[in-house]
Amino acid sequence: MRGVLIDAPVAAPAGPTGGAGAASPSGSGVPAPAPSPGFDPSLPWRRARSVALRPEPFGALVYHFGNRKLSFLKSKALVTVVETLAEHPSADAALVACGVPAAQHAAYRRALADLARSQMIEPRETP
Amino acid sequence: MTAVVPERPVGGRLIDQFEYGLDAPICLTWELTYACNLACAHCLSSSGRRDPRELSTAEAEAVIDELQRMQVFYVNVGGGEPTVRPDFWHLLDYAIGHDVGVKFSTNGVKLDRARAQQLAATDYVDVQISLDGATAEVNDRVRGTGSYATAVRALENLAEAGMRDFKVSVVVTRENAGQLDEFRALTDRYGAQLRITRLRPSGRGADVWDQLHPTQAQQRELYAWLLANGDRVLTGDSFFHLSAYGQALPGLNLCGAGRVVCLIDPVGDVYACPFAIHEQFLAGNVRSPGGFQRVWQHSELFADLRSPQTGGACTKCAHFDACRGGCMAAKFFTGLPLDGPDPECVQGYGETALAARDAMTVTPRSSVDHSHTGPVRGQPTLLGMPAIPARPTPAPPARPCDESPLAGMR
Ligand code: SF4
Ligand code: SF4
Repeated sequence: MRGVLIDAPVAAPAGPTGGAGAASPSGSGVPAPAPSPGFDPSLPWRRARSVALRPEPFGALVYHFGNRKLSFLKSKALVTVVETLAEHPSADAALVACGVPAAQHAAYRRALADLARSQMIEPRETP
Repeated sequence: MTAVVPERPVGGRLIDQFEYGLDAPICLTWELTYACNLACAHCLSSSGRRDPRELSTAEAEAVIDELQRMQVFYVNVGGGEPTVRPDFWHLLDYAIGHDVGVKFSTNGVKLDRARAQQLAATDYVDVQISLDGATAEVNDRVRGTGSYATAVRALENLAEAGMRDFKVSVVVTRENAGQLDEFRALTDRYGAQLRITRLRPSGRGADVWDQLHPTQAQQRELYAWLLANGDRVLTGDSFFHLSAYGQALPGLNLCGAGRVVCLIDPVGDVYACPFAIHEQFLAGNVRSPGGFQRVWQHSELFADLRSPQTGGACTKCAHFDACRGGCMAAKFFTGLPLDGPDPECVQGYGETALAARDAMTVTPRSSVDHSHTGPVRGQPTLLGMPAIPARPTPAPPARPCDESPLAGMR
């Protein structure tokens, strides 16, 4: 997806709803890729340093100043998770702390894996 | 916000969310000046002469400050020819220093070796060179004699300076639609990326649209070409009306005017879209109290645009979900209803609608025109040599509603 009059490369929007975690934009017909093997939810993560979040009514717009990718967080809960990742010893701990129901953890992990793949979140050294 | 704004749904597809607009544009076009050294036959903003009311350096800086506060992460800067503004390079640095990335469009006139090196050394800046023919012959007919050579020199300078991923931006016309592979070869040669966009009947584009817009056969070939090459070419999502041929093109298939896109023009006027410079799509001015943010978030026009289309001929079309009725500006400037088919509707309904236009229909014209009034060196030959044809005096409206600010809006 490139957006309207927009040529910035756009990472797949991340949303906890829907089977694949990342929702393809309308009509793109591209199946979402499998979760990245590089994302381990038991490790500490953080929003990448060169990434900014802009709150929007549906969630947030995410922008990476380095690779100039745009993405979208499709729920407010996911925004909270991403913003507080750095405060918790692991991504899974952040999900629990943010009150994400256990039944939705798998979907949230897939969304976070998508964000890791597009470098919107990055591993943190210290827990 | 007016009370008529329908409630935004929770969740669902992003495209449905975008129809309700965002707190700030995803992408904003900012034209810095109406001045231009060229006189391209199809200029979307009818540029040529500088407007004495153009934003000052301080006012432009204030706009950048505001964009930073609103977290508009980057802007598309254009004109006119933005680099002829003496403070252009200062504003570029100012924007980048305030977390607003810049992609600017230029005909290349100021991109000498020194500037190319400066750009190559700057992060967060993207350059886009306009070229409308893969050969001088095709390009210069539309953009003017010598403009191909100027653009190619700029491309050489950028490549030599080690600039990566700069863009060559092509408006697809009847005359260059057969050159897409040549454009690709040309951009590959400079390590650049090809960007192709749609010709709209905006600005002086209205004068040449009949003559230059691709034929149906060319549209079909373009669609096939995009399906085959789409991942390696940028389009600004401008060809989404072609999705009605069948398989949707990659991208966000939606008119973003006033929803996720808008234009700030050189005098600070905010329009719904860079292709919609007309008082009907004027939402306000950045100089008014509350600045750009107030215009974006509270103008009545934008509130009106931020609701899904529910009526009109297109909503009954089987392809509506793919094509969404096409481009608002293209319909408006060809005198078609905004809720009906695009003039280039691939199902042919646009041609029917154009043919059925009332003989009395006067297509709307923008009152904003900064075209050069005298002859211009190397002016385009498309419209015939040597003189630039006189601008027709606007005909009086056939019906009073043609001048109503809301004519055709619903
Ligand atoms: S009739 Fe409207 S929706 Fe259908 S293909 Fe034409 S422009 Fe698109
Ligand atoms: S009016 Fe046309 S060019 Fe402008 S955003 Fe809508 S579809 Fe795109």
